Amino acid sequence: METHCLKRPTRRQFLSSVAFTILAGSAAPVMARSISGSLPWEARSADPPVQVKPGGWLFFTLEEAQTMEAVADRLVPADELSLGGKDAGCVLYLDRQLVGSYGTSSRLYTKGPFMPGLATQGYQAPDTPAQRYRSGIAALNAFTRDAKGGKRFAELAPADQDAVLKDLEAGKITLPNKVDAKSFFNLMLANVMEGFFADPIYGGNKDMASWKMLGFPGARYDYRDHVSKHNQPYPLPPVSIAGSMEWMTR
Amino acid sequence: MTTILPRKDVVIVGLGWTGAILAHELTEDGLDVVAIERGPWRDTATDFNIGYVQDELRYGIRRDLFLQPTVEAMTMRNNTSQTALPMRDYGSFLPGNGVGGAGVHWNGHTWRFWDSDFQIADHLRDRYGAARIQDLQLQNWGVTGAEMEKSFDRFEYLAGISGKAGNINGQIQEGGNPFEDPRSRDYPLPPLQMTYAPTLFAEVTKSLNLHPFPTPAANLSKDYINPLGIAMGECTMCGFCERFGCANYSKSSAQTTILPVLMKKKNFEVRTESEVLHVDLDASKKHARGVTYVNTSGEEFFQPADIVLLCAYGLHNVRLMMLSGIGQIYDPNTGEGTVGRNYCYQTNAGAQVFFDDKNFNPFVAAGALGQTVDDYNGDAFDHGPLDFVGGAGINCIPSNGRPIQTRPTPPGTPRWGSDWKKATVKAYKSTLGFSSQGSSYPTRGNYLDLDPTYTDRFGRPLLRFTFDFPDNDIRMSNWVSDRMEDIAKAFGGRQYTNTRRKKGWDSVPYQSTHNTGGAIMGTDPKTSAVNKYLQSWDVANVFVVGASAFAHNAGKNPTGTVGALAYHAADAIRQQYLRNPGQPLVSA
Repeated sequence: METHCLKRPTRRQFLSSVAFTILAGSAAPVMARSISGSLPWEARSADPPVQVKPGGWLFFTLEEAQTMEAVADRLVPADELSLGGKDAGCVLYLDRQLVGSYGTSSRLYTKGPFMPGLATQGYQAPDTPAQRYRSGIAALNAFTRDAKGGKRFAELAPADQDAVLKDLEAGKITLPNKVDAKSFFNLMLANVMEGFFADPIYGGNKDMASWKMLGFPGARYDYRDHVSKHNQPYPLPPVSIAGSMEWMTR
Repeated sequence: MTTILPRKDVVIVGLGWTGAILAHELTEDGLDVVAIERGPWRDTATDFNIGYVQDELRYGIRRDLFLQPTVEAMTMRNNTSQTALPMRDYGSFLPGNGVGGAGVHWNGHTWRFWDSDFQIADHLRDRYGAARIQDLQLQNWGVTGAEMEKSFDRFEYLAGISGKAGNINGQIQEGGNPFEDPRSRDYPLPPLQMTYAPTLFAEVTKSLNLHPFPTPAANLSKDYINPLGIAMGECTMCGFCERFGCANYSKSSAQTTILPVLMKKKNFEVRTESEVLHVDLDASKKHARGVTYVNTSGEEFFQPADIVLLCAYGLHNVRLMMLSGIGQIYDPNTGEGTVGRNYCYQTNAGAQVFFDDKNFNPFVAAGALGQTVDDYNGDAFDHGPLDFVGGAGINCIPSNGRPIQTRPTPPGTPRWGSDWKKATVKAYKSTLGFSSQGSSYPTRGNYLDLDPTYTDRFGRPLLRFTFDFPDNDIRMSNWVSDRMEDIAKAFGGRQYTNTRRKKGWDSVPYQSTHNTGGAIMGTDPKTSAVNKYLQSWDVANVFVVGASAFAHNAGKNPTGTVGALAYHAADAIRQQYLRNPGQPLVSA
């Protein structure tokens, strides 16, 4: 077997180093490999996910986090079906996403020129998700302070919050600083739903609340014994990539 | 500075399905072969780890295994009156990246195109007259279905396809697709065990006198040892197929069917994280000297080789030809030039039926586990009284219940709040979906070329799409949607939706990664980029293998035909080209 590889960085390191590599040339780590003679299996070369640890905000300010918790609790309200978006950890999820490759658009095509496009051409503005949350939350609170007697979004009553969100969704509100209300609403909605339904290792979906609600068994891998049990409920509870709360010592 | 490397017999650009097939075939003849792959090495044991591959956010939403736009983006517009802008994130289609290519994270629908597809211009003109197809740029592929049969068969047996033949040597087979063209033998494995939704779909469509049959699947219904001696495992129906690598050796890919044998060969080498910038031609522009590539450290290399095989994703093959000066870029105004010509896509639509009393357990699923109706596909039905050509397969293939993306709700449901939640919970297990996958026929104005403004990380122009759904295809799709409406009603659910395809191709929502054409095969160098053996008309020691060679797209998933074309090209190189290297296999 012949494998030349000085150091194999993870894909995450690779992705974050692409721009640097091109600019800095030889200063970057050597990653290209020549492989022949056999499958190049190596121990400990897998790239498992990194589990989000609660505690402190890495992206949001306290006021931003409170705003997003209020938004998450209206998009996914606590009711008899599940806990709410705030307690499910949707904002913790979002906070950690916004300091990673998603928040900085590091995987996207971000070269100019930036021109307004047609709807069929997709998002064309230069702002990253992190920048859109920073300006969007500020604009939302500026709007409610102005229109709702000096109150921040999080300070409004739930019914008033719902009304504001409905108007954002419909594009009936003009937010300051040229923030596109509809587009910002859609971003928040998509990300809160991701947090609510993704594996709990990413910080949301606490105790697999959304999966229990739907009856989705999560990271299970073998359903052969249930395939022909048509129209019958699947008997087992969900598991996460990190296992199940029931397996932990309490 | 460019480092000049020792000569190889063959250099392959891209190590996915076609690159791996060609590499395996040509190394059998003792040729010294190197594959150059832009993305990373990937294998099942390391990268498709059973402990964490079931991660919808990472693989399904953030698309960890796919080509990232920062590496290479593409620009799009619907017609030449618009200015193309970059797809800053991929959406409508998702190209692959790395060893195994898109074959790593496909669903596994494995079809043969119709015999009539390969001679489509003659076939449709003879049956319906020239006027019917005058707005379309339909062309024969230069091969016949009979010529392709053994290559289809080889790919199906390599990949261990699960299915039921409908026509063996002209004898119609009970339980298979009665409309399919003759095949020499049955699939290597029996069909997958059916889940509830496709079982019900089969009952309902049969009651309408249609002919449902199990969709041919590269998800294995049983353990299998392929002709290369590589063992694969039975599919466990985990519901993490498309966008995911298979941790169970149950989905056919280069990793599970070829690489364990190929990688042992002393005359094969792959270089990963190395992007080919262009094919180097000699002064005559009729002979390729090799390829120039750059690795992730920014080091540039020239790899000389006698044969250059472009085996990247079809769209990347087309762009590499354009960047290398192989052939002339197509001009829609004059109709001249061949590279970029006849870009086609897929014309899809979908229906959903909402029930009160059913539990489909949507998470018990495999990528290609389902039932198909081909009564309205291709030219299986008489188009005489109709105003279009082409057709669509109607598929009930519920591939997953992954909840970030798969949360059907009936029309009128809010997108958030308590009412949204109630409706979501109610519909999650009790909704049945089915869809049409329609043909896409070429027009003069749908094409690929190089963008005049936007460039990649090396400063090279991006590929530009100019595409919209042709009127013919919209009429076809809507007519098939009318038939789907009948099926949806016959289910007797509480309510149904039936979404119709409209003009104005939107690059944002996911539709299909079945991008075809741009370097099409054919009989005439004026209207095709490669000959019937996928050899460039312009540069005889370059072969361009992939869906880039499709002269149009059928109402079927392309991978089966891509795999067959790879064997077809490999046979031509082994049996003909190597006897007389550097010469065209078809005289222009």
